Amino acid sequence: MSSSVYIAGVGVISAIGNNVAENLASLKSEHAGMGDITMMDTIYRKQLPVAEVKLSNDELAALADLPANISRTTLLSAIAAKEALDDANIPNLNSLRTGFVSANSVGGMDKSEDFFVKFLADNSKGKLRDIFDHECGSMTELVADKLGISDFMTTVSTACSSSANAIFYGARLIKNDIVDVVIAGGTDSLTKFTLNGFNTLMILDKEFCKPFDENREGLNLGEGSGYLVLVSEKVAKKLAKQPYCTLSGYNNSNDAYHQTASSPDGTGSYLAMLGALKKSGLQTTDIDYINLHGTGTPNNDSAEGTAIKRLFGPDYPPMSSTKSYTGHTLGASGGIEAVFSVLAIKNKLIYPNLRFETRMDELPFEPVKELLTDQDIKHVMSNSFGFGGNCTSLIFSAI
Amino acid sequence: MKVYIRSSACVSPQNTFNSVDFLTDIIESTGTRLKAIEPDYKEFIDPKQIRRMSHVIKMGIAAAKSCLTQADVEMPGAVITGTALGCIADTVTFLTRIVEQEEEMLPPTAFIQSTHNTVAAQIALMLKCHNYNNTFVHKGISFESALFDAVMLLNEQEADNILVGGVEEMVDASFAVLTRLGLYKRWPLSNLSLYNTPTNGTIGGEGAAFFLVSSEESSDNLAQLTGLKLLYKPTSIEEDIITFIKSHELSIEDIDLVITGKNGDTKNDEIYKSLSDSIFKNKPLANYKHLCGEYPTSSSFALWMASNIVKGGVIPEIAKEGKFELASPKKVLIYNHYQGKYHSLMLISAT
Repeated sequence: MSSSVYIAGVGVISAIGNNVAENLASLKSEHAGMGDITMMDTIYRKQLPVAEVKLSNDELAALADLPANISRTTLLSAIAAKEALDDANIPNLNSLRTGFVSANSVGGMDKSEDFFVKFLADNSKGKLRDIFDHECGSMTELVADKLGISDFMTTVSTACSSSANAIFYGARLIKNDIVDVVIAGGTDSLTKFTLNGFNTLMILDKEFCKPFDENREGLNLGEGSGYLVLVSEKVAKKLAKQPYCTLSGYNNSNDAYHQTASSPDGTGSYLAMLGALKKSGLQTTDIDYINLHGTGTPNNDSAEGTAIKRLFGPDYPPMSSTKSYTGHTLGASGGIEAVFSVLAIKNKLIYPNLRFETRMDELPFEPVKELLTDQDIKHVMSNSFGFGGNCTSLIFSAI
Repeated sequence: MKVYIRSSACVSPQNTFNSVDFLTDIIESTGTRLKAIEPDYKEFIDPKQIRRMSHVIKMGIAAAKSCLTQADVEMPGAVITGTALGCIADTVTFLTRIVEQEEEMLPPTAFIQSTHNTVAAQIALMLKCHNYNNTFVHKGISFESALFDAVMLLNEQEADNILVGGVEEMVDASFAVLTRLGLYKRWPLSNLSLYNTPTNGTIGGEGAAFFLVSSEESSDNLAQLTGLKLLYKPTSIEEDIITFIKSHELSIEDIDLVITGKNGDTKNDEIYKSLSDSIFKNKPLANYKHLCGEYPTSSSFALWMASNIVKGGVIPEIAKEGKFELASPKKVLIYNHYQGKYHSLMLISAT
């Protein structure tokens, strides 16, 4: 089984930028992406802030070179996946076995919920075009077709850890010699379904979210997509430019505590971080930065913080939640944050946890408050935890 | 590395769950939709929880638990599921309330249970299983993707005794939409005459089939999963099948039985018909979709059937295409495709 999997390309679109360069600029200038709801037709306009990608479906469609009447989730996916693949610039890609592993949480729900209004009144009504691509797999298929990938494709959906799972499944496809190259990550657009869902759980902050703050009140939903191009050692050697880093560790563990709530001691998070360290052969002291799951809900941050305390204490690496910029992009978050983790290594940056004021009573540490530059970052841990106790940690390591 | 199926359990529109008979007591139903027969869930789930759980969660848990009991395994090394539409009942419930209650005063339960990984999560929760847990949601290869993950985990020696399953529920809303999309026949028919009049459309179905897979050889194993291949828009499936069989150091002559995904839809069945005149000529063939209906993870039903065929040495009469006698088939190929795009090959051998 081949040993290392290299990151050869990155692509991202989120509320803080439509590509890698724009996202990086916003991360550096501490520019958050939240604001009023402008795209969705919902009663929560002007009540709940969200982190929207700042382009209409027509604009996204033009960027993606796809029809504007398909799901926004697909459009977002196509843009970042294409950017990642272009960035990797792999010589003779056609001669290699290439896979696409993408994640999302609710498929084409943005279109389905439109369809459903008419359908509910009369089952013979509603435009079939709007429901045709409801399945999560449709987003992946449309983008794979657009990118010309057919050797291997699948879709992962494990709620908010979906794209972190997609990324390491992609790495394992390379290690098992199934493919040479894989584009992996995830996508989700804002929908009334998820907005209302999270709202019923009473975990949406009416202000901009404050992850890991004692006075945090919940999360802001966001949208976007993020992808990595993972390549085998053999392909990495042929690249025109040096790969960004390796994916050195990964683990998925289950909290097995509750369908939505995290266990008080963060068992799943602890096991995921521990497992990823074991896989990479690293010690806790080797980790130079943790990109936290850090949604901003009282329960999530408490569980993650407790798990970090148990695993890392008493020496805590710098850490921050970039959800303070992008909001919680659900099925896309692991992909977007994987891109940010890779960029942290490449650009020697540690991003601040925006709006942080007060350390949590229960924790002996706090996140980074200001941008740190010229950091010698060798290993970054990226956490993604989701409904169903699904906990995943990834570790990216400099070459 | 060899992959063995230690045990399997299947909830389906037939008497497949915890049944001593192997597809002899057949349920005939008239319509265009087959509904799964509900097991007595009290045996597997706390009665207080049964009421709150949707059909797909209950079917999944019952099949998963039965699988573990049969293999006498308490804690699986991983839980992996495949489902195209996931918890569609809870999804529809929550969508309906959003519309009807105009986004106000919504109860959270349906949303909480609507995520695609709910079945795998509930299994983990019930078993207090902290191990690897994943869910694949890729249309007609959702189950195969999950199985593929299990095979990789075994190969990596990351886990053993992996619980892997395909789950799908059909609700009125999805049935109505899929009917409008032209998936099903336009008039009611008996599932047992599905293949008699080739016309457009098939019949819908649902079910949950779980497998406990391991790399440990044992005489108690149900079957060996010799090979698994997923293909997207293949240019020549005939060549791909030959290559697949060859890659396992076998030839088409070595295959005793082929189970195909024939579903009564003229267009869908064209490829099976053409193969039955070429590489599958004179080969004993079997069908399964008249028993469980068409659904994205129906290949898990086929794998359950194939595993039991090689274990028991008997092919259920109801599954046979035409009449033939075949004693103790040792090697069974399952070939299924979903709407012509996604094709999967599974090779099952007697242990």
